[in-house]
Amino acid sequence: MPAPIRLRELIRTIRTARTQAEEREMIQKECAAIRSSFREEDNTYRCRNVAKLLYMHMLGYPAHFGQLECLKLIASQKFTDKRIGYLGAMLLLDERQDVHLLMTNCIKNDLNHSTQFVQGLALCTLGCMGSSEMCRDLAGEVEKLLKTSNSYLRKKAALCAVHVIRKVPELMEMFLPATKNLLNEKNHGVLHTSVVLLTEMCERSPDMLAHFRKNEKLVPQLVRILKNLIMSGYSPEHDVSGISDPFLQVRILRLLRILGRNDDDSSEAMNDILAQVATNTETSKNVGNAILYETVLTIMDIKSESGLRVLAINILGRFLLNNDKNIRYVALTSLLKTVQTDHNAVQRHRSTIVDCLKDLDVSIKRRAMELSFALVNGNNIRGMMKELLYFLDSCEPEFKADCASGIFLAAEKYAPSKRWHIDTIMRVLTTAGSYVRDDAVPNLIQLITNSVEMHAYTVQRLYKAILGDYSQQPLVQVAAWCIGEYGDLLVSGQCEEEEPIQVTEDEVLDILESVLISNMSTSVTRGYALTAIMKLSTRFTCTVNRIKKVVSIYGSSIDVELQQRAVEYNALFKKYDHMAPTAAPTPASVPQISQAPFLLDGLSSQPLFNDITTGIPSITAYSKNGLKIEFTFERSNTNPSVTVITIQASNSTELDMTDFVFQAAVPKTFQLQLLSPSSSIVPAFNTGTITQVIKVLNPQKQQLRMRIKLTYNHKGSAMQDLAEVNNFPPQSWQ
Amino acid sequence: MIQAILVFNNHGKPRLVRFYQRFPEEIQQQIVRETFHLVLKRDDNICNFLEGGSLIGGSDYKLIYRHYATLYFVFCVDSSESELGILDLIQVFVETLDKCFENVCELDLIFHMDKVHYILQEVVMGGMVLETNMNEIVAQMDAQSRLEKSEGGLSAAPARAVSAVKNINLPEIPRNINIGDLNIKVPNLSQFV
Repeated sequence: MPAPIRLRELIRTIRTARTQAEEREMIQKECAAIRSSFREEDNTYRCRNVAKLLYMHMLGYPAHFGQLECLKLIASQKFTDKRIGYLGAMLLLDERQDVHLLMTNCIKNDLNHSTQFVQGLALCTLGCMGSSEMCRDLAGEVEKLLKTSNSYLRKKAALCAVHVIRKVPELMEMFLPATKNLLNEKNHGVLHTSVVLLTEMCERSPDMLAHFRKNEKLVPQLVRILKNLIMSGYSPEHDVSGISDPFLQVRILRLLRILGRNDDDSSEAMNDILAQVATNTETSKNVGNAILYETVLTIMDIKSESGLRVLAINILGRFLLNNDKNIRYVALTSLLKTVQTDHNAVQRHRSTIVDCLKDLDVSIKRRAMELSFALVNGNNIRGMMKELLYFLDSCEPEFKADCASGIFLAAEKYAPSKRWHIDTIMRVLTTAGSYVRDDAVPNLIQLITNSVEMHAYTVQRLYKAILGDYSQQPLVQVAAWCIGEYGDLLVSGQCEEEEPIQVTEDEVLDILESVLISNMSTSVTRGYALTAIMKLSTRFTCTVNRIKKVVSIYGSSIDVELQQRAVEYNALFKKYDHMAPTAAPTPASVPQISQAPFLLDGLSSQPLFNDITTGIPSITAYSKNGLKIEFTFERSNTNPSVTVITIQASNSTELDMTDFVFQAAVPKTFQLQLLSPSSSIVPAFNTGTITQVIKVLNPQKQQLRMRIKLTYNHKGSAMQDLAEVNNFPPQSWQ
Repeated sequence: MIQAILVFNNHGKPRLVRFYQRFPEEIQQQIVRETFHLVLKRDDNICNFLEGGSLIGGSDYKLIYRHYATLYFVFCVDSSESELGILDLIQVFVETLDKCFENVCELDLIFHMDKVHYILQEVVMGGMVLETNMNEIVAQMDAQSRLEKSEGGLSAAPARAVSAVKNINLPEIPRNINIGDLNIKVPNLSQFV
């Protein structure tokens, strides 16, 4: 059988594949070749085959049949075989496969091998994927290697020990004697991994932590090493951008943090060195900032003196002004953690933090927002709120809900005056009204109720707000409630805080009815509106009849909630109304009031809505074989990417069209939502219509186009038609 | 602790995939794809830290990445690692690759996947940082390569031997030696290459 191809050949071949299918085919062919090669127990080429297998594994193809081969490679005498075998074991095996236990003996032998690189491979593998059984068996060997003078092996043994401790915590004691001399090493690699090992032990066991603090005098040792690093001047092997082994410095600082936490003596012993590092470190490159950052975290976590803490926060403040966005991010994260404990110190940097609200980076903006809310207090509320409201205006939608909630909370806690409070709430409702959380509405209503002297002002402002646009549900709900409650103040023009407006009762009812009818209002909002209309019957004098008519219409509403309310209110009218003998109207005899679509099939084809946004002309979308479909449009001013189309289908032939189904499709950049139709029969002779609502989302403001499909039964046969609608008026999508 | 180290190119093709915590194969590939999509969306003037995707780790894990020419180097770490420190570590790793491969480019990573794994093994072991001194790492790699070469390397000896023999420059041996002619042609022995 020909020699298996080399790894490089395989890679080259796979790269020529132009499709996923071609690649898969090549790989399958190669896998078959490899499998037969494995079966032949070919020792020479096994390493080559496993290398290829690992490459294919990285691309995502199954490679488990190579697991046993890896073990055979590990058992081989050649270094090359062992190297690829161990790599394969680390990538393909884990403790869930029983196969891995077979490695234990090989690893044990290799830990005692004469070549240090083989020993290194064994330590590496054990440290990556050794199971608890393996660790238990081999811990002794690892401990021995921890004491060797060979620095290459010693550093690997240290990390391997960390893994062993993680898998089998009871073995920690065993490594304790070996740690005594670890910090006397000159080799930085060993020092680094030793600090990692000590950190692991201190974090896992409070006893160990206490032991290291008292008996081993670990803190002075670490301080000494750190001092040497800072003072030692230029050392080419460990230099990174002019700083001596920053990785080791950061590790040591982290260990110092653990040792100094909640311990006065240790904290005191490290105060000086921390101050020294904080003031002497070069900040022009990232490495210097990494060290400073770690120092700051340590200072904040241990029991440091207040001068040191202020120094730390000032460093963070300087970070905030840094051009590097990573540093700003890191600074904001740390400030968030410390704002509770060192509030005053963080306050000094408030203006910089507020500037970060205008940053382009989303992660930075989020942190700046959270931090800003944490910093709001009675003194800075006006200034902060201005910034936060500006932020609410311009931020991404994912922030608006949190920001709105935060503003409400802050306003509630620190509002300097009632008027300011109401103004702020109004501002939030009008700019981000659709993002306000549902539970905020009752809270706001409660707030408004409690500020008695502001009722007239509030209701006037709310009325003005929804006059222009009533698509933002929370705003409309609050406004509807207030109008219902304080409508009498509104029409009597009693406002003191600002210029009172002239409003008639009919105008108020107009707006509430528009809310009721609009397709953009949710069921909850309609409930609010209906209740408000009802309440006005006791506050208004001239329009009570109109109110009664509106309320009774909804007595047959499809929406159960509305129906129940309407029926109950109606009953109240009948019971307590002594003055109106001709009370109850019948629905069909009131054509002037705009009817809701779900009630009436029998009405002639008059336009169903008073278009909300300044009269978008309606169009005839389809007219053929006696079937005519008209589109009427509604758009919201604050959310102009939504267009609500109401279709009306009418039939001028002499027979009904039954099982009528209307379907629509739009181009890819649009989104479509089709609500349920009023019925499935288009009655003959234009005696009735089917209405259906379509909501179109058009974020890119592209020209609206639609393809429609109509299916229905007419004169005993099934009819079907496809059509394109291209005559949308520009106002419906621009 | 470092949970995973991923290197992929601008189109999402994996060039190095190393997990320090066990995931089943399909999940591994999913993680690579998800990470690629998260990282691709990032602008160049945004910070290099990302909250991790839903598959890898939980709220404690961050993705720290750096973009070099056509490759993304992504380290998934937990809160025990310093974010700025990991940025430096990625730089050290890439500079080490540069030293080992002489002006490293994506093709080097593609064709020498095993060597890249070995280099990584000298820098990070079991999810923890082992060595950060570039010269040290390069020296160790050189020593191990020499060891491999003396055994014949991954390609295994036989192929080398055959091609070596094929390439020997043998001198021209004349077919007819005219012994009658006293002027014996002495062949010009050229150097063995």
